Amino acid sequence: MKPRYQNRIELLQGTLDLLILQTLRWGAQHGYGIALAIRTNSGDILQVDTGSLYPALHRLERQKLIAAEWKVSENNQRVRVYRLSAAGKKKLASERSRWAQISQAIAGILGPAGAGSEV
Amino acid sequence: MKFPWGDSEKRKNELNEEIASHLLMAAQDREARGESPAQARAAAQRELGNAGVIQDVTHDQWAWTWLEDLLQDLRYGARTLRKSPGFTAVAILTLALGIGVNTALFSVVNAVLLNPLPYPQANQLVGLWWDRSPGQHSSITYLNFLDWQKQSTAFSSVGAYQQDNMIVTGAGEPERVDGARISANLFDLLGAKPLLGRSFRPEEDQLGAGPVALISDGLWSRKFGSSPDVLGKSITVDGRSYSIVGVVPEKSPIYTTADVFTPLGQYNEEPFRDRRASLGTVGIGRRKPGVTLAQARADMDSVARNLAAEYPDANKGTGIFVNPLKDDITGDIAPTLFMLLGAVGFVLLIACANVANLLLARSAARAREFAVRVALGATRRRIMRQLLTESILLAGIGGALGLLFAAWATKAALAMIPEALPRTDEIGLDGRVLFFTLAISIFVGIAFGVVPALKTSRPDLHKSLKEGGRGSSGTRLRTQNIFVAVEMALAVVLLAGAELMVRSLVGLANVNPGFDPQHVMEFGVSPSAERIRTPAHIRETYREITARFEAIPGVAAASPLVGALPLTGDSLVGFWITGQPKPSSVKEMTRAQWYAVAPDYLKAMRIPLQRGRFLTAQDRETAPFVVVVDDGFARSTFPSENPIGKRINIAILDVEGAEIVGVVAHVKHAGLGATGILDQRGQIYFALAQLPDRVLPLVGRACTFVVRAAGTPQAVSESLRAASQQFDSKQVLYEFQPMSKVVSDSIAAQRFTMILLGVFAVLALVLSAVGIFGVISYVTGQRTQEIGIRMALGAQRGDVLRLVLGHGMRVALLGVAIGLAAALGLTRLMASQLYGVSAKDPLTFAGVAALLTLVALAACYIPARRAMRVYPIVALRYE
Repeated sequence: MKPRYQNRIELLQGTLDLLILQTLRWGAQHGYGIALAIRTNSGDILQVDTGSLYPALHRLERQKLIAAEWKVSENNQRVRVYRLSAAGKKKLASERSRWAQISQAIAGILGPAGAGSEV
Repeated sequence: MKFPWGDSEKRKNELNEEIASHLLMAAQDREARGESPAQARAAAQRELGNAGVIQDVTHDQWAWTWLEDLLQDLRYGARTLRKSPGFTAVAILTLALGIGVNTALFSVVNAVLLNPLPYPQANQLVGLWWDRSPGQHSSITYLNFLDWQKQSTAFSSVGAYQQDNMIVTGAGEPERVDGARISANLFDLLGAKPLLGRSFRPEEDQLGAGPVALISDGLWSRKFGSSPDVLGKSITVDGRSYSIVGVVPEKSPIYTTADVFTPLGQYNEEPFRDRRASLGTVGIGRRKPGVTLAQARADMDSVARNLAAEYPDANKGTGIFVNPLKDDITGDIAPTLFMLLGAVGFVLLIACANVANLLLARSAARAREFAVRVALGATRRRIMRQLLTESILLAGIGGALGLLFAAWATKAALAMIPEALPRTDEIGLDGRVLFFTLAISIFVGIAFGVVPALKTSRPDLHKSLKEGGRGSSGTRLRTQNIFVAVEMALAVVLLAGAELMVRSLVGLANVNPGFDPQHVMEFGVSPSAERIRTPAHIRETYREITARFEAIPGVAAASPLVGALPLTGDSLVGFWITGQPKPSSVKEMTRAQWYAVAPDYLKAMRIPLQRGRFLTAQDRETAPFVVVVDDGFARSTFPSENPIGKRINIAILDVEGAEIVGVVAHVKHAGLGATGILDQRGQIYFALAQLPDRVLPLVGRACTFVVRAAGTPQAVSESLRAASQQFDSKQVLYEFQPMSKVVSDSIAAQRFTMILLGVFAVLALVLSAVGIFGVISYVTGQRTQEIGIRMALGAQRGDVLRLVLGHGMRVALLGVAIGLAAALGLTRLMASQLYGVSAKDPLTFAGVAALLTLVALAACYIPARRAMRVYPIVALRYE
């Protein structure tokens, strides 16, 4: 499993992981809610593909970065709700600083012309 | 850890629900924004994508996939096997047989050879023997034993026991039991605890101490109803009253047959305290922790040197043999068992080859199935795993059945051949046996599965799909041929081994033992204690018993026999020619097998008299001491002289100038197959009545009788008992055995080997016949079309027959040739078990080769005949 994090696709997955963790920082949320939040917070730029979201959620759950439980929503519907675990919070902090480094590095390479499309 | 599969089912359902709720929420949002319900649902669905794929991918995050794959493979494998019940049944039965016989034999090897003796720290225990002549260890003498106890330093304790017949009187009928005299420390030394009471105290293990006894739990329940207040009660053994101080468990490889134990140190017969006489006393030592076997041996060597210096008459030149106790008990049988384990391993290999061939044949039919799977993206590894899972599943089921078979077969086999093996009551299916079965099942599953799996998992996609799985693959056929040839080779080795054993046994059965065992009954007689009080009593009693037995109609001759019965052990006495200087020690004396008998012994055993006369009724205690010797004794002691009238001195009996009055034929005392020095030992007959007073009490308590009956020996047993009863109701007759059984028991070990090897060889023969039949049938089936064309072009039935048989014969002959070469190398290992036949006996090898070729021919004939009946038109249309 581990070595695969080196390649490009996993980097994108890693990005999605980061976004999920970040979203859950504001409170517990179900999958649909997370997707909605990411889309809204990115100004509709980032559409989270459901086919990536749920595998990511379950992977994070297995890594014990987030925890899940069944709850009843305000619409009286059974939903599976995720929340950040202690390990997840730590992970989020380290991923954020890593992301900052990477985006800074990329921005440096692309030069001032590329500025503006920061996520 | 949780069981991933149970969990997985639940998780799948939850995932389903989770995605459904996602969809619902997305649709609700869209509706809220003003879309119609139908529109909203469709759009949400579109946005979501393929729910099934999402579920699968998400589920994979839980990464127990290898286990699930395994379960899936198992389910799939089980389904495939169910679909071809014929194949499955044949394969499983073959494997069950192979694994079963291996498990059965391993359970024997495990119990007899691998498991430690059932005592604490059993590896510290050693047997101690008197090393009097090279390669021959005799029992020890009591005075030497006492010195060993004092002088040895390597042992935490040294004990001894001596088994003997004992007569228990008092409650109920007088009963003969197996008894043992033991040193006080024996049970502590072994680490065996009395069930009740205590074992002997050192002060009770002395001359003149109060008579105390231990009894077995068997006797305890028989005579005392297992009553706990047995302690302190008395039991009359050999006419003497003993106070019971303890009850000991019966099951033990050392004293397993004894019912009564008395202190060895109280045994007060003069010869017992003669340092030269070994009377069946066996030593057992427990090494101190940390003392190696070599150190123990060095220690006893120095003890032996001291004793040789101190008592040269008895001990000069003799040593002490220190042997691990387990080897003492199981020593002889180990090479045989390992050989049999090898043989049974061959059977398993043959079974494997058969099943591998079945799988190969099947893989041809399944080529299309796998080609499709490969085309759909399955990797080669995945397919190999699938195939191996199937074969291990087969082997697992076979192994489970085999275990049942083994449990049954072991019981059946042991009931059939009990005399040949020690420790049989310890044989069973323990953890190690179960592990063995599991291990060989998995090994076997991989062994027979891997070649077919390699072959199958590399399908030629294009060809397989096009030909619909009917393409005949050249390499597959070659592999099948090789498997069959190997099977044949293994079968040759087993058959050759079995045939050599059969020939040996036939040879042994035809050996003239030197006496005629037919119509002879052998049994023990223990006169009542009052009748053997003095040597004079003993002589009179045995004369009277013999006379009463001979008076029975139907009894042709009867004689007591003191000394070992032929084929059942040794009773040796040293001697030297009168007038020559006395050898300085027992070791330097020539020793001979001795028999103290009545005049009719010769008639009872039908041993031919060669010169002079046999002992007569006139050779009484008052007459001059005379002896009769066998021709071997005569030839080796007086090579070029007439032995009649010559005189010898006899060591232990302290008889001087005993005159040789006759020469009789040699008896194969040391065993039907005995050769060399064992068989050349001289034999010497004394008149029982002339045994010195000093010795008589020792032998008078119980002795063997041989009786020749006019009809069947069984028929006179009742009359013998009646005559005995009439003479003295307290006299006990026991252990009736036809002499012919004594003879056949003496080759029980060889018979054990022969029967097992024979069974394995027959199994091998049948399995390899099935193997060659299967392959030739399969190949012939594949070639139906070709045969049709040949016949259409004018080939005769004879040509077809030759074609099919030729193929079978090539394979069979190759196998037979390899097998003969292997057998020549391997049968050498059993040379020590053979009698009258060389391990390279050409007749045996030729016979086995011919037999196997014939069987192969017969096995090929059935498919060949089917091929001859092929109708060209049908065969061609079939395609």
